[in-house]
Amino acid sequence: MTRYTWRTGILEVLMLVVALVFAFPFYILINLAIRKENDQGSPLVPTFAPTIENFVNAWNQASLGGAIVNSLMVSVLSVVVIVFVSAMASYPLVRLTSRLSKTAYWVIMVGLLLPFQVALIPLYTTIRDIGLLGTTWSLVLFYAGLQVPFSVFLYTGFLRALPAEYEEAAWVDGAGPLTTFWRIVFPMMRPVTGTVIILNAIFVWNDFLTPLLYLSGSGSQTIPVALFSFVGEYQSNWPIVFAGLIIGIAPILIVYFLLQKTVIQGFSGGLKG
Amino acid sequence: MARTSEAAPAALKRRRITSMPRTVLLFAVPALALYTFVLLVPTARGTVFAFTNWDGLSRTFDFVGFNNFAAIFANPDSVKAIINTLIIAFVTTFIANAIGLALAVALNSRIKSRNALRVFFFAPAVLTPVVTAYLFKYIFAPLGPLNGVLDAFGLGVLKQDWLGDPNWALIAVMIVIIWQQSGYTMVIYLAGLQGIPAELLEASAVDGAGAGRRFWSITRPLLAPAITISVMLTLIHGLKVFAEVYVMTGGGPGNSTNSLSTLIYKNAFQFGLFGSSIAMALILLVMVALISAIQYRALLAQGGHK
Repeated sequence: MTRYTWRTGILEVLMLVVALVFAFPFYILINLAIRKENDQGSPLVPTFAPTIENFVNAWNQASLGGAIVNSLMVSVLSVVVIVFVSAMASYPLVRLTSRLSKTAYWVIMVGLLLPFQVALIPLYTTIRDIGLLGTTWSLVLFYAGLQVPFSVFLYTGFLRALPAEYEEAAWVDGAGPLTTFWRIVFPMMRPVTGTVIILNAIFVWNDFLTPLLYLSGSGSQTIPVALFSFVGEYQSNWPIVFAGLIIGIAPILIVYFLLQKTVIQGFSGGLKG
Repeated sequence: MARTSEAAPAALKRRRITSMPRTVLLFAVPALALYTFVLLVPTARGTVFAFTNWDGLSRTFDFVGFNNFAAIFANPDSVKAIINTLIIAFVTTFIANAIGLALAVALNSRIKSRNALRVFFFAPAVLTPVVTAYLFKYIFAPLGPLNGVLDAFGLGVLKQDWLGDPNWALIAVMIVIIWQQSGYTMVIYLAGLQGIPAELLEASAVDGAGAGRRFWSITRPLLAPAITISVMLTLIHGLKVFAEVYVMTGGGPGNSTNSLSTLIYKNAFQFGLFGSSIAMALILLVMVALISAIQYRALLAQGGHK
């Protein structure tokens, strides 16, 4: 089973055929996005005279530039807050033996069971009442709280397997808890921080329901909502719509292809934001 | 996890620091505060509102007991949404896991394209669901590529207005979810397969076990935790589905393809039925919590993965 036999060859060909079937939607997406608007040919026929006109039009008409900036801002800020609070919280939750610490851990873990659909509506009224509705801050606040259980779960799982000797040495040398944590423990947790960043960033970037609620009617939109309203206006003009869709997914695909190993590793742990 | 078992007794003894001052628990306060504000308190309030006739705007409301729940089960549209949600969750889970497992077994071989194919098959899982949904909305359109392909193969009789027919529309939505989730289950299975020692399989091959026997007696039991995790994740993903349904069919034609999440959204924010929407969300919560509990038990029984 370790050599490349004729059976392996057949499997290889078979898998490439399966890949072609999987690729069909991508083919349609690209094929149509590079097509001239007045080209009424079948979407299946390859486009021989490609144009970038649709991309220019989509960019200008869907104000995708602003949406990408918003999405970037929301994703980066949310992830920074999530990493900061979850990493720090995991430290006492793992290393302290007190009953209070154990209780706090289980209270947070209960959050893994709560789909946010129940909290969404009551929280909506709170956000409205404190005047944050329509701001990107409401999203950062929401994601930061929503992703705590999952991120703390990842951090505590990792920290539990880390021996405490290095920290103890620091304690003995008289370093305070903050110094010990940020100088010694946090750097050792780098692998899991990578996973936390990737899983949360992809979740935040792709989320549709939350920004649809909290940003609706405001000028600032994230990518999924901007695409949603853009398509609403240009429904029948598929080439320009598809160009817009490609622009909208370009950032995430670039990150994915650059960090493919890390991204796949993060997801294959069987966890998701 | 390997790390714990290798370093076991020594590391475990030292994983807690007894001399640590209690005040370090303050490190957990920001996380707890955010989590309480965003998830705990609203979920608790929501649970109360589910038993009221609150409209989302007024300061006053009356308790109506289980009326909201009774109304949900008496209304054919919401019953349909519950059934659709269950169908979507179970069918996509079964098929996406079968495809994912098959892809993982095929890629866990010597084929030269395995790394490229792994990256490729997983790509739909990171795509923005709104984008995927629009793409497929076009593919399933009456004059779209799917009907075009059927024509090209002389299968014109099979052509449909896929999204205009309630039964086909639900199937179309499920196809999209399967396309997204198969690569995701694949990477979970691939990680599981790569953790199975090759010597074990080789030894049993030497002992005369065929490929099928090897898969059933060695691979399958060792893959059990991966199967549990993958099945539960796809089930929960299916139960919560929103963007795919909302974008592709808007819950239509009529109310025939609503999922719980799209109906909750529509009832609350288009019709102001906050009380009954939250009651519906609670039904979703119970389903998700139930599945998570089953997963937890299963993982414990399988020897506690993670």
